[in-house]
Amino acid sequence: MEIIVLIKQVPATELILSIAEDGKNVKKEDVKWVLNPYDEFAVEEALRIQKTEGGTVTLVSVGPDKAQEAIRHGLAMGADKGVLVNDPKALDCDGLATAKVLASVIDSLPYDLIIAGQRAVDDDNYLVGTAVAEFLDIPNISLVIKQEISDNKIKCHRTIEGGTVVIESPLPVLLTTQRGLNEPRYTSMPGIMKAKKKKIEIKSLDDLDIDDSSLAPKTKILSMEYPPERQGGRLIEGDSPESAVAELVKVLREEAKVI
Amino acid sequence: MSENILVIAEQSGGVFRKAAFEAISEGKRLAEALEAEVTVLVMGSDDCFSKIDDISSILGKYGADRIIAASGQALGEYMTDAFTNAAARIIEKENPGIVLMAGSTQGKDLAARLSARCDAAYAMDCTALEIKDAQLIATRPIYGGKVIAKVMLEGTLKIAVTRPNAMMAEEFPAQGAVEETKVDDVGATRLIFVEKNLDTDKVELTEADVVVSGGRGMESSDYAAVEELADALGGAVGASRSAVDEGWRPHADQVGQTGKVVSPSLYIACGISGAVQHLAGMSSSKVIVAINKDPDAPIFKVADYGIVGDLLEILPIVTDKVKKLAG
Repeated sequence: MEIIVLIKQVPATELILSIAEDGKNVKKEDVKWVLNPYDEFAVEEALRIQKTEGGTVTLVSVGPDKAQEAIRHGLAMGADKGVLVNDPKALDCDGLATAKVLASVIDSLPYDLIIAGQRAVDDDNYLVGTAVAEFLDIPNISLVIKQEISDNKIKCHRTIEGGTVVIESPLPVLLTTQRGLNEPRYTSMPGIMKAKKKKIEIKSLDDLDIDDSSLAPKTKILSMEYPPERQGGRLIEGDSPESAVAELVKVLREEAKVI
Repeated sequence: MSENILVIAEQSGGVFRKAAFEAISEGKRLAEALEAEVTVLVMGSDDCFSKIDDISSILGKYGADRIIAASGQALGEYMTDAFTNAAARIIEKENPGIVLMAGSTQGKDLAARLSARCDAAYAMDCTALEIKDAQLIATRPIYGGKVIAKVMLEGTLKIAVTRPNAMMAEEFPAQGAVEETKVDDVGATRLIFVEKNLDTDKVELTEADVVVSGGRGMESSDYAAVEELADALGGAVGASRSAVDEGWRPHADQVGQTGKVVSPSLYIACGISGAVQHLAGMSSSKVIVAINKDPDAPIFKVADYGIVGDLLEILPIVTDKVKKLAG
């Protein structure tokens, strides 16, 4: 089973971010970068499938030099090799154009299954995985919490509002991950040492069969701002829990008008 | 920019999502700025349509000038390929400038696939949309809500997905003229529906008007006190990452940057200290209440109202008083 995992490097979620001086980006200096949490589920699932089905797990990403660290993390978890498209022109892509670049890389690789995070927790786009499937003309199933493979077919449990739906697809297919799919493993020291010897192939757009003009962004960030700052509110005190709650319920009804 | 607006309104078993009405009335607001029409596309099986009482008045109420009722056997349950094929065909025929839909699990999936199919500009989870200098500008939270971006969508077709609960479902009475169309052949499909398992009593977290969340301060998997308060308020139960990591609550309940982002009218955080990731996922709630025994918990810095104290003592009293209000 040849498995491809799409990954992205993102700022660590525990960070408080600052907007850059141009007002159109977040400051990227002194930021701790990590493998996108939803992509960790993807790598983990790929490794579990590989354990029973055999084959190779290839990580594919678009990013700057530094993004190799995210690939190394996936390799340390146990993936076999990585491909990084590192090209200034690729870094200016919007989500749709990034998907075109990824699809072009995958087109030249053998694959039976592609797994991607449901979204990257930086631009929260929910786009790239699904769009890659469309460009490769294969089906996609998003928000998967469970899968079973047999006879060249896959059965996936996809989360929907209030429950799950079970969908069957022939391979190849692209899945996106949902929290609950698995518990990603920690990297071990031997894993990290082994990962250093694994190959990351670096590609530029010139190495791909892709027309640069098709990558022109259709979405443009005009500005960024912080969400409205919340005023620290009122601590409600009372002689007893009973009286504090009475006051809380009263203000929620009369002042905030939410109950 | 004279271009019409197509809103894809999601129904399941003949019942429309509240978020679909939000998307239609947002479409109507944009259409007024553009002096354009709003066409609402509803996809479903004959069985779904037979359960909808009066589609014209249900959708016309929120601003649907025209309604395309597309029925087909393959459109009973949402499957990405059948719905993308059907929607893409109707988009091609209708040639709208803007396509809107609500960011449910279906809307997110369909919008992404459609945007790739139609090579359309795409903006997910928009909290506001406006037309400025004849351009469509979307406001959307990114980095889990730590930053709000204004994004311009360019090109002949633009797909914008509205975040549930972020926009008002306002009444904009419109004609709601219904055109029925048969979709007998949805083209090549590979996905097969096997089964669906729903907990129908559950209020959907991202669409709930009230969310009551519990964190590490709950101290165990016994969430009865939180569930009872959520029930009394007709709301949904959420959880912090620590509560999910402890195995106290299912993954689907996690609120935060790496879980679900919610913006209810009322968010009650019970025993949640307020990690950056959690705050990112709920700080767009209209009113936040925090109940926590630690007076220094960061959650109090964002809460409109706070009570310092023991959850298991306080929550039942809140539930009791809320029930009394409801009579």
